[in-house]
Amino acid sequence: MPIVLGYIPVGFAYGVLAQKAGLSAFNTLLMSIIVYAGSAQLIAVGLFSSGMAPLSIIITTFIVNLRHMLMSAALSPYLQSWRKPELAAFAYELTDESFALHATRMGGQERPKSETLAINVTAQASWVLGTAIGIFGGQMIAEIEPFALDYALPAMFIALLVMQIKNKVQVLVAVLAGAFSLGLYLIGLQQWYVSIATILAATLGVVVDKWTKQPSS
Amino acid sequence: MDQTTILLTILGMAVVTYVPRVIPLLALSGRRLPEVVIAWLGYVPPAVLAAMLLPSLVVSDGQLAIDAGNMFLWAALPTFAAAILTRNLFVPVLVGMAVVIVGRLLLI
Repeated sequence: MPIVLGYIPVGFAYGVLAQKAGLSAFNTLLMSIIVYAGSAQLIAVGLFSSGMAPLSIIITTFIVNLRHMLMSAALSPYLQSWRKPELAAFAYELTDESFALHATRMGGQERPKSETLAINVTAQASWVLGTAIGIFGGQMIAEIEPFALDYALPAMFIALLVMQIKNKVQVLVAVLAGAFSLGLYLIGLQQWYVSIATILAATLGVVVDKWTKQPSS
Repeated sequence: MDQTTILLTILGMAVVTYVPRVIPLLALSGRRLPEVVIAWLGYVPPAVLAAMLLPSLVVSDGQLAIDAGNMFLWAALPTFAAAILTRNLFVPVLVGMAVVIVGRLLLI
């Protein structure tokens, strides 16, 4: 299963980097179990090691993971027959990768509940397994650079970004968000650059939408 | 930061991660969000990913580093190519990391 293959190396990178950032093995594993959000966990590890305040780490996590709201909304039509506790369990393991997989396999129709939940549980199990291997690896690897573990996160952003892009306005929004983010970072807004850039660029995307659709309607 | 503070931060992260995941599924049984909210939310994933990506590629030690010696920037080209071709997570991440590993070996 592609989702399992994808999660083990990134989970490994997270496990190693969390060790290097000074998180205990317990906390490292706990984050993979109760937060379970690949890029947010890698970002949080970076923030922990740079000594950022807990509240800023939580707010950054919120902004970074806000995108799951859209994925949750997008899948809701295919889960109409599910009971609330089942939906709550499904939502717990909703990630970029599992969303991409479910969106493709559902493709306009409901699929067996047990199969859907089994995919989610397998994916998280592989993420936790990758983390556990990374915790051991982190105790053996002195330097992360020769293994390019510091490139796992940028590479993951690229892969997830490409998976999200479906039209030209989204390309424009991505370019604007990147430019705003870089500008804000360089002028010293290191706690807020991702949040502000995201809100600005997404809002401009909606404006561009209205603007380009108006003449034709 | 001590491990207890880290633990509490992780609990906070778990809450703010779970709430956006679960609310639409529970609230939208048969209902739809306003059009403009759906459109806005649709731009959040590419925006947040690009906002995180660009500084991670071109900023090094707090300084802008757009030059030929920036390994991360070079590796982004094959990583993007692999992502566009495969549209999965596994191949682009391994391609990107492999390019950086080889690049660093060659530069020593």
